[in-house]
Amino acid sequence: MENIPSPLSEMLEELDALDRVERAQYLLELSDEFEEVPEAIATRPFPENRRVPKCESEAFVWAQDQPDGTLKFHYAVENPLGISARAMGTILDETLSNQPLDQVANVAPDIVHRIFGRQLSMGKGEGLAAMVEITTFEARQRAKSRN
Amino acid sequence: MSDINSRGYANADALVSTDWVAKHANDDGVRIVESNEDPLLYPSGHIPGAVEIDWAADLNDPLRRDYLDRGGFESLMSSKGISNDTTVVLYGDRNNWWACYALWIFQLFGHTNAKIMDGGRIKWEAEGRELTRDAAAVSAASYSASERDDSKIRAFRDDVLAHIDSSGKLIDVRSPEEFSGERLHMPDYPNEGALRGGHVPGAANVPWATAANEDGTFKDAAALRDIYEGNAGLSSDDDVIVYCRIGERSSHTWFVLANLLGYENVRNYDGSWTEWGNSVGVPIAK
Repeated sequence: MENIPSPLSEMLEELDALDRVERAQYLLELSDEFEEVPEAIATRPFPENRRVPKCESEAFVWAQDQPDGTLKFHYAVENPLGISARAMGTILDETLSNQPLDQVANVAPDIVHRIFGRQLSMGKGEGLAAMVEITTFEARQRAKSRN
Repeated sequence: MSDINSRGYANADALVSTDWVAKHANDDGVRIVESNEDPLLYPSGHIPGAVEIDWAADLNDPLRRDYLDRGGFESLMSSKGISNDTTVVLYGDRNNWWACYALWIFQLFGHTNAKIMDGGRIKWEAEGRELTRDAAAVSAASYSASERDDSKIRAFRDDVLAHIDSSGKLIDVRSPEEFSGERLHMPDYPNEGALRGGHVPGAANVPWATAANEDGTFKDAAALRDIYEGNAGLSSDDDVIVYCRIGERSSHTWFVLANLLGYENVRNYDGSWTEWGNSVGVPIAK
């Protein structure tokens, strides 16, 4: 995958080196580190236009404009069993927030299989990929509006 | 839900309660096994002493669409501390879909001393019972498996074709929308590549969830007979094939028919709609 934010490239390389158990442990730690969207950005009930389609974990995405022209991404996951979605939210925030918009827009949804492994079920993979799609869509929209 | 032994099941020993697991999880000769769709659920917290078996990474062949072989099953059992006389109790997410799937595969190798924890992971959690992230201390066990026997409880595509010709009973456990062909996949799930929608001709549609109570436990035998015999027209001496999308939901129904209602001839067609809906020339009804 070319020209994507370097924090994401580095994390993907780190994940590639892990075996199944190490990967699960690492993702679980990321899930534990998940920080929900701050109240200054959104409060419950979250608006439906922020909801990630096809996501059984009931994830929501926001993009906050930053002074330097980049975006800070925020996530909420309403399903208490949404461990994978919370890990995904942490990854997307940590690796795509405050990164060049054109690079964020280049991130493909199929990174979810590189992150979670090939055994990820199709149902779960679709919801997580939709989190990526919504995030990169926001970057593309902002980049387009500024051109 | 009532005590398991009072529900009239043909084989009540196939189920254990969450109470039973809480008391016996660490007994010698008992191994608790969690099997989930979500690969992060087990590491996020599991029943103390439970090991994990992953439906894809552990039970499926990495190359062919098939299950592990005898040697692979022996290695897996050994690594999980399971010997031939171990009582295995399976539980998991999604109302025990994957637990039932694993139990069905255990039986392909002749390991019949395996049970399902009634209500699965969701009931254990709802009852506020202990979960731990600590890895279970497991010593490798000695295990000798039979060759996998696919002839009794597993059906292949040609078996289904022959079953249609002989007017055999088929139960499609998918949602009504998948059965009718309106959808090619489960609600909220993606299309997993089936080119045609509909169902196998002659199949009755009995969604798997009709066998479960709201808390994830299985309905009692009288209620199950109403569903499968009163409504779907089965009888206990029928030769039945069940199917869904990839064989996981139908494992749940296979477990109900073969264990809770005691049907002797029930096969799970694990190729299911992802094979049938893509096969050239097979008959499809809508």
